[in-house]
Amino acid sequence: MAVTCRRAARGSIRLVKTLLLVAVLIVLAAVGHRLGRAKARALKAQGGRLHSLPGHYGLYVALWCAVPALLVLVAWVSLQGTVVDALVVSSLPQEVRELPPQRLDLLLNDVRNLASGGITSRQADPAVLAAAQRLYELRQIGFASLAVLVLLCALGGLALAWRRVAPELPAIRKVESTVKGFLLAGSLVAIFTTLGIVLSLLFEALRFFGRVPLTDFLFGLNWSPQTALRADQVGSSGSFGAVPLFTGTLLISAIAMLVAVPVGLFAAIYMSEYAGRRQRSVLKPLLEILAGIPTVVYGFFAALTVAPVLRAWGQGLGLDVASESALAAGAVMGIMIIPFVSSISDDVITAVPRGLREASYGLGATQSETISRVVLPAALPGIVGGVLLAVSRAIGETMIVVMAAGLSANLTANPLQAVTTVTVQIVTLLVGDQEFDSAKTLSAFALGLVLFVVTLVFNVVALHVVRKYREQYE
Amino acid sequence: MSELSADSRPPLKRSPALSEERVRERLAKRYARERRFRWYCRGAVAVAVLFLVVLFGDILRKGWGAFLAAEVRLEVLFDPAVLDPQGTARNGQIDPQTLAYADFSALWRQPLLARFPAAGDDRAVRRQLFALMSDGAGYELRSMVLDDPSLIGSRRTLWLPADDEVNLLLKGHVPRQVAEEQRRLSDHQLAWLDDLEASGDLHLGFNVPFFTNGDSREPELAGILGATLGSLFTMVITLALCFPLGVATAVYMEEFAPRNRWTDLIEVNINNLAAVPSIVFGLLGLAVFLNFFGLPRSAPLVGGLVLSLMTLPTIIISGRVAIKTVPPSIREAAYGLGATPLQVIQHHVLPLAMPGILTGTIIGMARALGETAPLLMIGMVAFIVDVPGGPLDPATALPVQVYLWADSPERAFVEKTSGAIIVLLGFLILMNGAAVWLRRRSEHTW
Repeated sequence: MAVTCRRAARGSIRLVKTLLLVAVLIVLAAVGHRLGRAKARALKAQGGRLHSLPGHYGLYVALWCAVPALLVLVAWVSLQGTVVDALVVSSLPQEVRELPPQRLDLLLNDVRNLASGGITSRQADPAVLAAAQRLYELRQIGFASLAVLVLLCALGGLALAWRRVAPELPAIRKVESTVKGFLLAGSLVAIFTTLGIVLSLLFEALRFFGRVPLTDFLFGLNWSPQTALRADQVGSSGSFGAVPLFTGTLLISAIAMLVAVPVGLFAAIYMSEYAGRRQRSVLKPLLEILAGIPTVVYGFFAALTVAPVLRAWGQGLGLDVASESALAAGAVMGIMIIPFVSSISDDVITAVPRGLREASYGLGATQSETISRVVLPAALPGIVGGVLLAVSRAIGETMIVVMAAGLSANLTANPLQAVTTVTVQIVTLLVGDQEFDSAKTLSAFALGLVLFVVTLVFNVVALHVVRKYREQYE
Repeated sequence: MSELSADSRPPLKRSPALSEERVRERLAKRYARERRFRWYCRGAVAVAVLFLVVLFGDILRKGWGAFLAAEVRLEVLFDPAVLDPQGTARNGQIDPQTLAYADFSALWRQPLLARFPAAGDDRAVRRQLFALMSDGAGYELRSMVLDDPSLIGSRRTLWLPADDEVNLLLKGHVPRQVAEEQRRLSDHQLAWLDDLEASGDLHLGFNVPFFTNGDSREPELAGILGATLGSLFTMVITLALCFPLGVATAVYMEEFAPRNRWTDLIEVNINNLAAVPSIVFGLLGLAVFLNFFGLPRSAPLVGGLVLSLMTLPTIIISGRVAIKTVPPSIREAAYGLGATPLQVIQHHVLPLAMPGILTGTIIGMARALGETAPLLMIGMVAFIVDVPGGPLDPATALPVQVYLWADSPERAFVEKTSGAIIVLLGFLILMNGAAVWLRRRSEHTW
């Protein structure tokens, strides 16, 4: 434990040094702000007509001081690791450099640990010691040059901008367009996230489909993800047919929707049509609480309370209920989804114009007839959209099924048996101890890609339907 | 209705279907259907509330015991002869190195044996006696002495933690009536425990180690401090990343973005991201942050990065709604006084929209606090005993701790898991309560 503390301390010393550099930058930027503002005030006092307020000139100088230096810092820090590694490897003797990649990686890890003052995997030989020494020196030189470069950039930017401060400089426009640029860059993060998800999933999934054909994966009936480490290993034949996973997911989601849609819909009808204001103000938050409970809690409830109870009931009735039945997981997932269905349905039912309702009452319909013959058909597209969103949530749900559903891929429609879903398999395949390149772990990414695409389709269709419905009454 | 149809009009063609009794019958049926429908609706609400009550009740019933732990009162003599058998003390001060390795369990074994001398004869029976106390008793004595070496040589009456089986007994989970071989506690042990309880030396005290220890394989020593700190670091990083980015995006999209294909694409993108399953974000974190960038596994830094990407759409959407509710008249008044666009945002729009943005942020944070699946993917699922000291140390998070404990086979962990769930729900109630309070406080009428 002491060693871990020390090693963590070394790692965070580098972090602290970098943060210190950033703090110095911020101080310099503040100094630049003061200088710029002072110069602008002086110019104003001499009778010049400033384009912007003095504070804006200060901001202009501060931005010119901080931003280029920060960009240099970020670029250097992200690239330093790879460059330093390459230099260290080139300093190793020839035979070490020609080791297979995993052995070289392990060696490099030892070198890094030695340089940080931690423990190594075995007794270090002179080449490793020399390499560790070189790594340490390179890191010191690297940080020193980084600090010098960053400070030079900052001071240079400060000087350059300060010289430019003049009454005709449109400081506020420049500052605002820079800030607008930052805001735009921030909004692009969302795009980059989606791109990142799609690309990373696609990349790894394509590597998987290079080993296992796509048709085998999508239409195969046998899910037994094993890869052989040796040629003669028992159980080395892996089959990656994902159909049992898809049917398992559909079974559990279907049970969940069977629970959630009636309860959610009728609860929404009650809250929007029958409940008084006080009742509504109490009931709506209560249902929202159901949505706010972490899914891990639902999973625990399903695994330790619901599943044994169902099993006991089943045995009492003479049925054979598995201890990890799809029914238990599906029922609890249904409870979790109730608020999704009920809140969206509530919104669309309330949005149906009063005119329709009152016309129906005028013809002598009872309230339930109005609801079932006028309001619900009018709200139907929105409700369908809500149900689709809920299905997408059910398909993507992980923790409840990981804790309450089984691991064996069963191709069955019997809710009393144990089935497994796509998300359970993703977790199982990646949380274990497998090397990253094997078909087993890559199949998790292929499953993730399928999951992403399916939920995306559901969401797009659902949002499209809901939006189209809303336009009818605008 | 009957008056109208009987007197003033000639009978209609389909008179059998529309006779008075028929109409009244149908009306009664329709009213009955209405009542049934109302009961269905009430029933649905009742079912949903019932689920909620059953869920909370079950968790509370299982978990209240986690806050109490069995303790045994013993009179402990901090005997220097036991702590320093080689006699290396100088000037009456024992070397800290010797102290660190001394056998502290001997300190509590002695008074236990003194209390039940009959056990001292048989080695197997003696071992059963010593099995009544937890390893934590020795650790507690050790930390007491290391903090305050003046305790050496003194006599103190202390409450020391008992083993998790004793815990289960006091909470009523041990079946006494079955045969001895089918129990974890032998008849001897039950007799001693009954004796201790009768004399008031065995009780359930407040379980402080639950809040101050890290994880452990021993149920009575396992605590949530490591997980709580890991969650705290993760939340801080998540907030630091997604709040500025989310507000920046919301401001840009509402105030500056032109209405063209690209901004529509960004908008569709964000709406889709909000509905992507959380495990996909975990896969992203694994592929990009761990494999490509090589960040440390199991660190709250990576967890915070992944969770901030997940929470970003929520903050953006709620931020946009909040900014949209600021009336245009305020903006136009500011423009009329000569403010630049950024000044309008900085001085008028953001302060007015801030309560709404904060509400959305708190709700997003609460959701991120309860997320487990992405953290499983990036490795925050290891068994980590140390309490993390910073965001780069390997750590686990509270919901992941619940998941790990739920997998443990020992009976006593069921209680711990439920106790941890209660703590987690407590934090969530606090956060959601803050959000509701903020929302109520900021309900302006323009």
